Amino acid sequence: MRECYHCGELCKDQELIQDHKSFCCRGCVTVYEILSENNLDYYYELEKSPGTTPKATPTSYEFLDHEKIVADLVEFDNDGIQVVNLEIPAIHCSSCIWILENLKKLHAGIRNSQVDFPKKQVRVTFAKEEISLKELVLLLGRLGYEPTISLEQAAVKKSNVNRTLIYQLGVAGFAFGNVMFLSFPEYFQVDEFWLDRFKNLFRWLMFAFTIPVVFYSAKDYFISAFKGLRSRILTIDVPIALGVSVLFIRSTLEIIMDWGTGFFDSLTGLVFFLLVGKYFQQKTYAFLSFERDYKSYFPIGITRILEDGSETQIPVYEVEEGQRLLIRNKELIPVDAKLLKGNAFIDYSFVTGEAVPVYKLVGDKLYAGGRQEGGSIEVEVHKKVSQSYLTQLWSNSAFEANKEQLFESLTNKLSKYFTYVILGLALVAGLFWAVVDSTKVFQVITAVLIVACPCAIALAAPFTLGNLLRFFGKNQCYIKDTYIIEQLANIDTIVFDKTGTLTMREHDKIEYEGIPLTAEEVNLLSSSLRASNHPLSRSLYELLKANDITTLDSFVEEVGAGIHARYQEQNMKIGSPSYVEVKVPKADLQHTSVYVRSNNDFKGRFIFQNAYRTGLESTLNELGATKELVVLSGDNDSEKERLKTMLPKNSTLFFNQKPADKMNFIKKLQQQGKKVMMVGDGLNDAGALAQSDVGIAISENVNVFSPACDGILKASNFNKLPSFFKLSEKGVSIIKWSFMLSFLYNLVGLGFAVSGNLSPVVAAILMPLSSISIVVFTTVLTHYFGQKLLEKNKSE
Amino acid sequence: MTIIYLLIAISVFVAVLFFIAFVMSVRHGQYDDTYTPAIRMLFEDELVHEDSNEQPKTKTNNDN
Repeated sequence: MRECYHCGELCKDQELIQDHKSFCCRGCVTVYEILSENNLDYYYELEKSPGTTPKATPTSYEFLDHEKIVADLVEFDNDGIQVVNLEIPAIHCSSCIWILENLKKLHAGIRNSQVDFPKKQVRVTFAKEEISLKELVLLLGRLGYEPTISLEQAAVKKSNVNRTLIYQLGVAGFAFGNVMFLSFPEYFQVDEFWLDRFKNLFRWLMFAFTIPVVFYSAKDYFISAFKGLRSRILTIDVPIALGVSVLFIRSTLEIIMDWGTGFFDSLTGLVFFLLVGKYFQQKTYAFLSFERDYKSYFPIGITRILEDGSETQIPVYEVEEGQRLLIRNKELIPVDAKLLKGNAFIDYSFVTGEAVPVYKLVGDKLYAGGRQEGGSIEVEVHKKVSQSYLTQLWSNSAFEANKEQLFESLTNKLSKYFTYVILGLALVAGLFWAVVDSTKVFQVITAVLIVACPCAIALAAPFTLGNLLRFFGKNQCYIKDTYIIEQLANIDTIVFDKTGTLTMREHDKIEYEGIPLTAEEVNLLSSSLRASNHPLSRSLYELLKANDITTLDSFVEEVGAGIHARYQEQNMKIGSPSYVEVKVPKADLQHTSVYVRSNNDFKGRFIFQNAYRTGLESTLNELGATKELVVLSGDNDSEKERLKTMLPKNSTLFFNQKPADKMNFIKKLQQQGKKVMMVGDGLNDAGALAQSDVGIAISENVNVFSPACDGILKASNFNKLPSFFKLSEKGVSIIKWSFMLSFLYNLVGLGFAVSGNLSPVVAAILMPLSSISIVVFTTVLTHYFGQKLLEKNKSE
Repeated sequence: MTIIYLLIAISVFVAVLFFIAFVMSVRHGQYDDTYTPAIRMLFEDELVHEDSNEQPKTKTNNDN
């Protein structure tokens, strides 16, 4: 079997040959043809099989004909030139960048395009007279680079990037270098004539360089220390702010009074190192969003049917009660509505956790968020988007809370005591010297505060956690912020969602129930399934895989209902109960099934079951050894017994949980003093993810939508969860060891300070030495444990 | 040794120039996406190369 030249997948069902190259499907050939016709073959030279297969049925972008929607999407519109920023999840390699930046060769209307790889975005400038936004999006879709366009893009206008930290870091680094250079002569204290003459110039220059560092680069520490003090919390920023101000005041006094050269080098170095730590901690995954709500899942436009029967496109947020909407195959129902016409077969797995798509009858209520799998349907709007059953969840206060403010980090816990100890020590040393030699009091007190400035302590957590964050990311667990890792080490209860979290999204367990089928019937069945594109037909076909594929005499597929196939004397109907003309008890509708009628006899049904993740049982048992496990499912309890056998004995299970129930359940656990982690995947878990101490979203493909959370874990790495926990616990130990180490440095420094011997050179050596050794210490240890716990897993 | 005033002035002036360049580059968004330009830079070389001998390139392709 050969690999597809375009997308690299194995050519399973068919192998199409074009220009002596193999392709797996029509879609891939089409992209190849478009590119080679336009002399863009280079695409395939940059990387081997870089492509993505375009969708078989392209999404309809009818709504992009509506001017108001287009105006919401474009960033700039003037003189017929429009600029739009499109999110394209398929961007993954240098070929992607190259082809997307050469769009102008494919269409003259496109003036310029620029890719932002980390954000997976492309910014296209185009002349709207020559190519409309809709045509542009369709062109991208044809190439396999379909952009995501959702309600969110209309709601948020482009946010300004915050570059303050880079500026602050730049200022501090610039000043640090220059001050070091200027203070160099005085380190040697050579009493040369010229050195003595110029030292004032040197000192005041250093002073000038230091001013922006104190008042601009370090300003966040002052602000945060002040805020902390006002709410009576001694964060690590309090001793830092204290240290910085004492350094600055004493150094300034020293040069004014001509006592000495001051500590400007240590001061700028300190701020520089602290900011480096802050910057390192700020590893962000630009292409992921951790703040998503229903808006990025919902479409931006929808088809409305007017009274006279004509269709028009309207923005989703303008949908009013009583209007009639047309929902096409694979489209999302954006509002609570009533089914008026058509075969509704709706996949709610993402919004309610129900594992299987359900058939709905005319007159039934449809909830927002369901995806129609079948033909077009007509619905009447019951409630606006923002008032729908699902979307109301987002008005809960759990979505407002800032988890980081509620969390007390290890560093801050420590700094509570640290600050008191330092102040006490400064006082005692001051009193001692007041008795012995009162001229040294000021010197000693300031020296204690300078030496004690907890630079090394403040660097321990950012570097340890920042390194771990990268390790997690390498193993496809993307964590929003470093404090989450620390929080992870405290978790004692884990709550799982079932559908899509413990089970896989695709069904791959199929059971047959009914009269056994003859070999002939099986052959006809698979021959007819082969011709159908319905997802259920595809997976059933994969299972049967009969050898004799016959050419059918007739084949009719009714979208949303079923297939009717005929071969010689044999007739076969496959599909929904009503299509196959069979009455089934309501309880049976709970399972996704496909019904089969051969000639005139009803034969039976295939039941589709979601399969559990591989290695689920051992993963759960490993986690259950130290933590309490709970399963909260929005689905019915048909799987209860099976799940029970997989979970450790003391775990609890709850079924038929509504989104709000899940959230309240977690709240209750937290009120009992438990630290709860929620693992979920769908919109129905959004409330629980927001409420929990750590909310992890499981995702088959991290580029597609996942609800707001603290971390996104790739589904295939689910079995690494125990390792992630162990690593975060190790991380906390590393931080504690680093604290011990920096205390040692502080003791040495304090020895100098208390005895009144702290000279600028000592400070200038001690401070960077302690900071750098902490950075090295944490980096080495995190890499050691990271390799041991996560890489070992890989080889298994 | 008064020349040192001039030397210091020059060195500070140069340093400040670099600092301004840094601020300008941040402001123009050079630090927003530090990944893509590194790759984009490699394309243009290849492109020129491809344009000059397009024929043989396609041929070797077909042989694969």
